[in-house]
Parts: sequence; C-alpha cells; structure tokens
Amino acid sequence: MSAVLVWVETTEGRVRKPSLEALTAGRQWADALGLPLWGVVLGAETSSEVSAIAGEYGAEKLIRILSPELRSFVVNAYARALSALVREKNISYVILPQSYDGKAVAPLLAIWTDAALFSGITQIPEKEGKGFRARRIAYSNKGIEWVYTEHLPLIVTTKANSFIPTKSPRKWVEEDFAFTPDARDLRAKPVGVEKVTTDKIPLTEAEVVVSAGRGLKGPENWKIIEELAQVLGAATACSKPVADVGWRPHHEHVGQTGIQISPNLYIAVGISGAIQHLAGVASSKNIVVINNDPEAPFFKVADYGIVGDAFEVVPRLTEAIRNYKAQHSS
Amino acid sequence: MKILCSISHVPDTTTRIQFTPDGSALDRNGVTFIVNPYDDFILARAAELKEKNPSEVHVTVLCVGKNGSSSTDSVDANLRKALALGLDEAVRIDAEPVDAFSVASLIADYAKDKAFDLLFFGKESIDYNGSQVPGMVAALLDLPFISYATSIELENGAARLTREITGGKEIIECPLPLVLSAQKGLAEWRIPNVRGIMQAKSKPLHVLAPTGASPRVRTWKHELPPAKGSFKKVEPDRLQDLVQELANKGLI
Ligand SMILES: Cc1cc2nc3c(=O)[nH]c(=O)nc-3n(C[C@H](O)[C@H](O)[C@H](O)COP(=O)(O)OP(=O)(O)OC[C@H]3O[C@@H](n4cnc5c(N)ncnc54)[C@H](O)[C@@H]3O)c2cc1C
Ligand SMILES: Nc1ncnc2c1ncn2[C@@H]1O[C@H](COP(=O)(O)O)[C@@H](O)[C@H]1O
Repeated sequence: MSAVLVWVETTEGRVRKPSLEALTAGRQWADALGLPLWGVVLGAETSSEVSAIAGEYGAEKLIRILSPELRSFVVNAYARALSALVREKNISYVILPQSYDGKAVAPLLAIWTDAALFSGITQIPEKEGKGFRARRIAYSNKGIEWVYTEHLPLIVTTKANSFIPTKSPRKWVEEDFAFTPDARDLRAKPVGVEKVTTDKIPLTEAEVVVSAGRGLKGPENWKIIEELAQVLGAATACSKPVADVGWRPHHEHVGQTGIQISPNLYIAVGISGAIQHLAGVASSKNIVVINNDPEAPFFKVADYGIVGDAFEVVPRLTEAIRNYKAQHSS
Repeated sequence: MKILCSISHVPDTTTRIQFTPDGSALDRNGVTFIVNPYDDFILARAAELKEKNPSEVHVTVLCVGKNGSSSTDSVDANLRKALALGLDEAVRIDAEPVDAFSVASLIADYAKDKAFDLLFFGKESIDYNGSQVPGMVAALLDLPFISYATSIELENGAARLTREITGGKEIIECPLPLVLSAQKGLAEWRIPNVRGIMQAKSKPLHVLAPTGASPRVRTWKHELPPAKGSFKKVEPDRLQDLVQELANKGLI
C-alpha cells in the first residue's frame, strides 16, 4: 500500500527530463489510486533543490538514500538500494524513468522485490478486474500491446515523451533511508565517461529533432541541417548509412539498430523512410518529411510533406522560422 | 572460458505486423522469423573471442521457444544459423515465451550450475521491445549487469567495457562472471560462410523441457497503431503556412 514511489534520477546533481515525466506519471497514478506520491533520490549527496523539484512535480515525500558508494551509478547497487526501500516500506507501485539507467535498474528491481514489470508504458496503468492493464508500443512502432497483471508489486517504466512534465506542487518532507551497498553489488566499477554531446540537448530527451540522410550527398552539406536545428532548439540525428560512412557521428544514428526516439517534432530531410529507420522514429508526435522523390516511403507516415530539393527547401524553412520568431517575440 | 549467448526469435524487421482477429497474438502466417538483430552483435562478438582462442573458448547459444509450423518460423533453424558463425553448441528450451520473467527464470535455471564466464544478451527483442530479460537473469544469478554495452575487451580474467549513457559512453571494469546486454558497436555483424553452415549441421542442438516459473505479466490484447491519414502537402513556396501550423501546435 503506502505510496507510489518514483526514482528521481539525477545527473551531476540535476533532475533530468525522464524523471520529470516519471513524476508526472506518478502523480497521475497516485491520484487514481488515492495514495501519496514519494520520490527517492540516490547518490553520495543531494541538494534541497532536488527535493524542491520533486515537490513541484507532485511528490509529498522525498526519500534520500545517500552513501559514498552510490556516487556513480552501478546498476546492481542502485537496484539493491531501491529494493531494500520497496520491501521495508511495503511499496506496491513503482515508476522508473525510461532513461538508460532507469531501464537498466527496472528488471533487477523487479526480481529482487518479486514484482511484475511493465516497460515503456504510454499511459498510467488502469484497473481492470483484479489487476492492472497498461498500453505500450511493441514491434518497433508497428504494434500496440496492452499488458496485464494481477501481480503486486507492480513496477513500470514510462515511455519517453508520453507524459508531458506537469507541475503539481505539494508540501514535501524529506526523509533519509539508511543503506550501504555490499561489495558484491559493486563488482562493476565505472572508471570514466566519454562525453559526446556536451553542449547539445541529448537526442533521447530532445522535443524537436532534425534528421538527415543520404539525400544530403556529403558531410560538407550538413550546415543547413545544423542551422535549422539551431533556430528550432533541436537536436540533430541521421540515418544509418550516413553514420556508417562517417558523415555523422554514430551517436546520431536513429532507427532499429540506433537510438529510438519519439520527439514532439521529427523533421526528416533526404531520408527515404526505410522500415528500419521508421522503427526508431515512427512514434514521433509530428513528422515533417522533406524529400525530392514524391514516392519516398517516408511520406506514408508523414504529417506534413514537402516534395522538393533539400538544398532549397531547408534554408527557406530556416528563414521562415526565423521570420516567425522575429515577429512573435515582443 | 564459457560464453552463453541468449538469442530471441523475432519477426523479420521488414514484416508487416498483423494480429489474430481477437488481438491476442501475432498472426504468424507468412511471417519470416529471424535472430533478433541485437543478438547478431553478441553472436559476432562471441565468434571473435572464439576465433582468437579456439581451444579455450566454448560458446553455447540458447533460445527459449517452440518451433513454428512453417519452415520460416523455426527456432532450430535460427540456432543452426548462429552455430554457423563458428560457435559450439545450441540449446533450445522448449517453451512458448510468455513474459520476460518466465523466460529469464528458464535461462537462469539453465545457467545457474554451468559456470558461464560471460552471459551475452541483446539490448532488447525487436518484437516486444521490453529490455527486461538480461537484467532479470543478472538479478536471478546475482551477477553484475552491464546494459547497452558497446564494447568488451578481456584481460586477466576481468573485462573492460563501454556502455551507452545519455550524451556519451561510460567505461566500466568488471570481474567475470558478468551479464551484458549489447548495443550496436559490440561487434560488426557477420554472415556465416558455407563451411560454417556445413559444420553447423552436425553440431549438438539440445532440446530441453522447461522447468519454469509462472509468468507475471501477460498480453491483454494487441492493436495496430492508429492509421495515419494522408499527410498534408506543403508547397515549397508556402513554408510560412507550415511554420504557422507547427507554431499553433506549440512546436515552434
Ligand atoms: C538489419 C538492418 C537494420 C537497419 N537499421 C537501420 C537504422 O537503425 N537506421 C537507419 O536509418 N537505417 C537502418 N537500416 C538501413 C535502412 O534499410 C536504409 O538503407 C537506410 O535507412 C537508408 O538511409 P537514407 O534514407 O539516408 O538513404 P537512401 O535510402 O539512399 O535515401 C536517400 C533519400 O534522399 C532523397 N534525396 C536525394 N536527393 C535529395 C535532395 N536533393 N533533396 C531531398 N531529398 C533527396 C532520396 O529521394 C531518398 O529518398 C538498417 C538495415 C538493415 C538491413
Ligand atoms: N525467448 C528468448 N530466448 C532466449 N533469449 C531471449 C529470449 N527473449 C529475450 N531474450 C534475450 O534477451 C534480450 C532482450 O530481450 P527483451 O528483454 O525481450 O527485450 C534479447 O536480445 C535476447 O538476448
């Protein structure tokens, strides 16, 4: 019983978007169940700012599990800490953010708390008979699966961009939960990080993504893509062959074998729309396709399509957005 | 060095997905099943490790699944394809996969007394896209788990790995045994050669009866995503209209 628990994940002390989405889902679920919403933060230290953000997004309590050994993320240790909390407080409902670390923790936590797990849900679980059902995307965006369980605890991860972060301020309190990880759970040792996107919005969290493919002809032509991304405050992405030949870095590759994203707006320039590409992007809320071939398969999933030469259309679109922004910023 | 590669049996990436009329299951009619693309990365990495040290490395390929009724839906055929990359033996646990938990318990139960040094998984199955089985196996066996691994190098009984994180990569050192789930980068895909295919025919393929935990989650129903109507065509000289529409939707 007790509460709906959300892991408020922090990176360098900051709460990231997937956690705000998880808190938003948590608030909805807590209201539906008539339970309070608790956040939990893990690390070596935290700040009152983190608790304040959790409170702003609806948490009534922020539990802190602090230990020097939790300074860096180690999945076994984090999952063990969360499972100790879930067991001790008898928590039946847990939400984890759909981030790299949230997705890694979820299955371990499910085993160690004897829980059922739904991953990547797009709506909060609803009561159905004696259990819960929830909607998720399956078959690489080609199908929707409703999953069902009567098993508790129930752990869920939220699909990126399915819950719009919404403030719902509560009075919050803080509480410490004592936990020291066992050496067994610290066998994997993080020894360093290679950053690839220091100044940019990470692709997985971007609301707007401008993506380009082989139609751009060569890496020297990406300036128009970067300019469009810049006026939109967007992240940039690319198709697989473009990353394979080294026109663009690998971490921009989206699709079946690359990163899967579902931004609010995806602009595809000079990408044919092969099924493996669509597998990573077709759940985007709005899709704009720019392609000089009216038969390009991408148009089948487009909301807006522009048949034309990228080298003419993209700079004009950038210009049109600039003009719009100039007129509408007072 | 003993390596276990767990692979799943999924509809080919280009398949048009359809469900049975009551929505309870995938309509398998005419669907070609392949080795999950992420699992191709682990098979390739295992084959590389085996090649470097053929007498020391032993690789087992495992799938939980039942053979379908058509030749394009055969788990055994996909296991043989994996063996054709130069791997040693295959195991099929003869159970219909219901949920990640029951599949993971079957895999963990099989692996628990076999002293595998490396347990390789793909990052997700492209059918249910759950990303659950590898972490569950790690938890059931109480082994360190490295998710979204993009490389693994071995030296002196330990591993150095990289894993994908938001905005970059993390480098991890970990003693064996360990469980990893693979992201692109772990190895280049390989295609079996004729010699490998011939040899695979006589390699052992054990079929085991399930000794299973009950599933915790089941599919309520499937649906097709709402069909997109035809798109709105924007003329290249009317881009301001598009900008206005996107702005109305709060996207600009
Ligand atoms: C197992 C597997 C996994 C795969 N995974 C992925 C994946 O994750 N991601 C991925 O992207 N692909 C993936 N692929 C590859 C995929 O099948 C396609 O080959 C790839 O997406 C094509 O990239 P593209 O659209 O950039 O290039 P192309 O198919 O060459 O298309 C270029 C497009 O640009 C248009 N064009 C040309 N000139 C212009 C111009 N001047 N202005 C406007 N448009 C122009 C053309 O009309 C064409 O539509 C995978 C393939 C396999 C087999
Ligand atoms: N039925 C199965 N048999 C063997 N391995 C599986 C099975 N299902 C999933 N896996 C493994 O678990 C990984 C992740 O799958 P999933 O958790 O279903 O997304 C896959 O890439 C496989 O390595």
